[in-house]
Amino acid sequence: MRRLRAALTPYALIFPGGVWLAIFFVVPTVVMLSLSLQSGNVADGFVFTWNWQSYVDGLTNYHDQIIRSLVYGLAATLIQIVIGFPVAYWIAFKGGRHKSVYLFLLLLPFLVSFVLRTISWQFLLSDNGMLLGPLKNIGLLPGDFRVLATPFAVIGGLAYNFLPFMVLPIYVALERIDPRVLEAANDLYAGKFQTFLRVVLPLSLPGVFAGVLMTFVPASSDYVNASVLGGTNTTMIGNVIQNQYLVTQDYPTASALSFTLMALLLVGIFAYAKALGTEDVLEVAAR
Amino acid sequence: MTEIQAGTGAAGVAAPDQVPAIELDGVVKEYVSHGEVVQAVKGVSLAIGEGEFFSLLGPSGCGKTTSMRMIAGFEEPTRGVVRLHGQDVTNVPPNKRDVNMVFQSYALFPHMNVWDNVAFGLKRKKVSDDEVRSRVGEMLEIVDLVGREKRRPREMSGGQQQRVALARALVNRPRALLLDEPLGALDLKLRQHMQIELKRIQREVGITFVYVTHDQSEALTMSDRIAVMNDGLVEQLAGPREIYERPATKFVAGFIGTSNLLSGVVRAMNGASAVLALGPEDRVVVPIKGSATEGDTVELTVRPEKITISTEQPEGDLSMVEGTVSEVVYLGTYNSYAVALAGGAEITVFQQNAHDSTTTAERGDTVWLSWQPQHSYALQ
Ligand SMILES: Nc1ncnc2c1ncn2[C@@H]1O[C@H](COP(=O)(O)OP(=O)(O)OP(=O)(O)O)[C@@H](O)[C@H]1O
Ligand SMILES: [Mg+2]
Repeated sequence: MRRLRAALTPYALIFPGGVWLAIFFVVPTVVMLSLSLQSGNVADGFVFTWNWQSYVDGLTNYHDQIIRSLVYGLAATLIQIVIGFPVAYWIAFKGGRHKSVYLFLLLLPFLVSFVLRTISWQFLLSDNGMLLGPLKNIGLLPGDFRVLATPFAVIGGLAYNFLPFMVLPIYVALERIDPRVLEAANDLYAGKFQTFLRVVLPLSLPGVFAGVLMTFVPASSDYVNASVLGGTNTTMIGNVIQNQYLVTQDYPTASALSFTLMALLLVGIFAYAKALGTEDVLEVAAR
Repeated sequence: MTEIQAGTGAAGVAAPDQVPAIELDGVVKEYVSHGEVVQAVKGVSLAIGEGEFFSLLGPSGCGKTTSMRMIAGFEEPTRGVVRLHGQDVTNVPPNKRDVNMVFQSYALFPHMNVWDNVAFGLKRKKVSDDEVRSRVGEMLEIVDLVGREKRRPREMSGGQQQRVALARALVNRPRALLLDEPLGALDLKLRQHMQIELKRIQREVGITFVYVTHDQSEALTMSDRIAVMNDGLVEQLAGPREIYERPATKFVAGFIGTSNLLSGVVRAMNGASAVLALGPEDRVVVPIKGSATEGDTVELTVRPEKITISTEQPEGDLSMVEGTVSEVVYLGTYNSYAVALAGGAEITVFQQNAHDSTTTAERGDTVWLSWQPQHSYALQ
């Protein structure tokens, strides 16, 4: 009886989460997969016909947007590392007793809705807005200079919107470093820079690794930033999918594109995890 | 009480004409915590000889770690000077000091395997690859970790991690090794084993060891000399035998081993000894180092194993007191008696179970306790 209970306990524990995943992940995925292989239109309805054409169409028509999405996502992620690492480092090592206050301040803007935050950036960056207007008036910038509708605006928006997802995992990794370990490095003839390079940095890599996953995926599949801050030349694949679903109502193509994006991201994540997420890499970094 | 110089201890290793490996000169360390100044170390001067096994012993919070961290360079003294081999290093950072530290928690690099942990210091010192290989290999042999080079710290037992920490410091051939309660996290058996190992390694490499511990038996068995610390000050600095046999202060007497404290008024001086008045039949004579005059109150200490318990008043030139047995405890190799004196003091006596298991006295018996006067010491 006890052995039976012990054998069943793990399944009992996983049950709620399993049901959740089945309803909100597996079912939609299957529905979407089936939809991507159907043909027809909204008026007459769609039928399942093993119609691979949607994938071919999607890739031929929108490969630019797919590549652009990955590039923007990557650029935003790199910017986030450059900005987020020092912030996390500062809070973890110099934050003293007020660490939680700084973390709260970091998160404060993100209590406001994602879309509203992006729209306020639109105000800030608009052609004659608060930032560019005065600069143009005093002649520092030419009159036709603009930031909105450029890749800079979209990438900047992406980097801004997902920044906490980069800072927090790095912060957690740095925070977990035992200060004695840093003293030990210092005792073993490593100066400040060598200690950072050989000890702090490698020990922070799991955090950076997690941060990259948590920002690259949402950033490269985002559509809000491109539609609010971007223009016709900055369309990302998220915008295309949204458009296909809501405007064109070509559900098979939209589903096929979603699937393609998901597959690309999954392959990318696995390759990334295999290449970087192992202890050996962390160890090499420490040499 | 604090200004005790090297060489005053009976077992002092440092010859007076030799430059000491480590010197603390009037060192004070103050911390400000919550707006209040805390004196962790209140003025310590000591000199540690080359090749010596030197222990800092004392209760929790007495400033052992702080003293050691000032030697390593992690803390700057508020006042005073730290010298290594005669050179003032008071403001030199740890990475420029030729001493290495073994941390209580080991503080191994969690992302590196054993080999890389041990090689860390040598690589920072830009030692050639060949030499790194041979020295790390040699060191792993000394600490008996050959074949475990690829292990991570967390894949090893506490004792093994401890040896990695030791190897990581020793491989640099520092001029002194600082060990902060290195065996504190190990169980008793492993600790005793590692004590012997540490002694062996120290003999083999011949490096000065400064050893922090709050375990008196560890300090007594391992050290050449011991500085007993209390509340930021050194109470006594001497060899283990002297510390145990002739504790200089009440604190040392109480902290090291079991000891009995008695106090009495000087009835007469007899050369360098004082005759104390205790009970009417009692006769206590104690050697006095300084001067004392009639009427002074003197405290003395005598170890439980130096006392003989008897039901008859003993003969001869012994110190003797009368009391009532309040407790007898059988402890295997010896019996422990608690004897209450008329004045209210309680004396502990150890009696070897040498012959048979019968006890000399039972609870409630009136007994005589006696000891050689030279086995008791007046406290300062
Ligand atoms: N950074 C600090 N800030 C404030 N007070 C401190 C600091 N470090 C140590 N102290 C205080 O200084 C005193 C001595 O501390 P220390 O760590 O040297 O003791 P210790 O003898 O090593 O004790 P233990 O055996 O418990 O390790 C303690 O009262 C401690 O609270
Ligand atoms: Mg300590």
